[in-house]
Amino acid sequence: MLLIVCPHCGPRDQVEYAYGGDAKVRRPADPAAATDAEWSAYLNERDNPAGEHDEHWQHAMGCRRWIGVRRNTLTHEVVSTWALQPAKTA
Amino acid sequence: MKYSFFSLSRNAVNYHRDWPLAWRSPAPKPHYDVVIIGGGGHGLATAYYLAKEHGITNVAVLEKGWIGGGNTGRNTTIVRSNYYLTENARFYEHSLKLWEGLSQDLNFNVMFTQRGVLNLAHTLADLENQARRGNAMRLNGIDALALNRQEVASMVPALDLSPTARYPILGGLLQPRGGTARHDAVAWGYARGADARGVDIIQDCEVTGIRRDGNRVLGVETSQGFIGVGKVGVAVAGHSSVVAGMAGLRLPIESHVLQAMVTEPVKPMLDTVVTSDAVFCYVSQSDRGELVIGGDIDGYNSYAQRGNLPVLEHVVGAAVALFPAISRLRMMRLWGGIMDMSMDGSPIIAKTALDNFYVNCGWCYGGFKATPGSGWCFAHTIAQDRPHEINAPFTLDRYTLGRAIDERGAGPVPWMH
Repeated sequence: MLLIVCPHCGPRDQVEYAYGGDAKVRRPADPAAATDAEWSAYLNERDNPAGEHDEHWQHAMGCRRWIGVRRNTLTHEVVSTWALQPAKTA
Repeated sequence: MKYSFFSLSRNAVNYHRDWPLAWRSPAPKPHYDVVIIGGGGHGLATAYYLAKEHGITNVAVLEKGWIGGGNTGRNTTIVRSNYYLTENARFYEHSLKLWEGLSQDLNFNVMFTQRGVLNLAHTLADLENQARRGNAMRLNGIDALALNRQEVASMVPALDLSPTARYPILGGLLQPRGGTARHDAVAWGYARGADARGVDIIQDCEVTGIRRDGNRVLGVETSQGFIGVGKVGVAVAGHSSVVAGMAGLRLPIESHVLQAMVTEPVKPMLDTVVTSDAVFCYVSQSDRGELVIGGDIDGYNSYAQRGNLPVLEHVVGAAVALFPAISRLRMMRLWGGIMDMSMDGSPIIAKTALDNFYVNCGWCYGGFKATPGSGWCFAHTIAQDRPHEINAPFTLDRYTLGRAIDERGAGPVPWMH
């Protein structure tokens, strides 16, 4: 069982989260100007490392915010988590 | 030595002390015409068909562990070709036809039993979808039978067919020629067949690097030294991205863990394979009486060969809801395998941007049933330096060209296929 620390809510069980995949994928800044190869690389190609992997998770059953998670794909250890958006101030 | 009634009888007289080893364990030669990385079912089948169909026998299969110790030994042994899309239907049907003659071809009993594969329909939409898929299968020359509720009930009485069932059953789609095979025997049979034709099977030999000169691969660095190559084929399933990365290639692949399990053995209660796409659970009974149960991937990148409890709980819950009688069985074993999930849920058997480097990957959940067809097509692709028409659609560049073969219609989200 993964225990993922939501930067907004604290440590929560993996069942509260939805997986969002590789966090290093960058959408081309100007999609209309991207070549087919660049667009395909964005959509389809992945590093897929055996080891530490930066990924997006959504705290779907909690604050519903997307967070960043560094996780080891060989051991399932959650190395660190971080907020993707700055916390709202009142 | 050919296995036959005569050889069995003769060795029985000698108390089975004189059987020769089924394959050699040679030291690697400095150079091979073809090196296959990965000694699972697909790699061994590729070597076998390279030798048998194309006469290329100066071949090595490099395996970092022991043959068949990866996903070949970690699946639920289901064989079927009940696909909707024509590309998939043609490929998997070709594979199924090879399965039907495989034990005779290999002179090794792979225990392929065509006990049928039954997909359950739980809703009217399921029934309509199955009618569509069944018709597509028949148009492609594949056997398919739509069953109503009574026919499912008489075929699999252990299912919960009551109107108040957690997952009501309205009917099903049966592929009678589908079934199961003995996974270890497939690896061993192909290994023995390839070895007999001169292929070197080198176990405990991990590839640690790939030496390139421009667009050509010169050889592979391994834990047993450098091996020069004419051509390299990669058939390493979950580790495809890692090995392709050694050659500087990025693949449209993510690795995910899929769990499967077996219960304690019971008397015969299930003589077919029952699957449910809606609850994502598939159940069959092994020759030893264990119920073999598999389900969905855990849903995040993993190379760990073990999964987590939430998905396990879901799969077991679904199996118990479908078969209430198994609720008190104990689990004997639970394991995880690393799936090479492709971006459209379909495999890749193709040339790459490098001149003499070929990949066989993206098998998602479906690698075991594809073993003979995969090896057959991959051998053709390597030997002829071009794909056979059966695997021609399964290229690497189909994603860029917009020709994805997306059976489920999920898009480039590997954990959804």
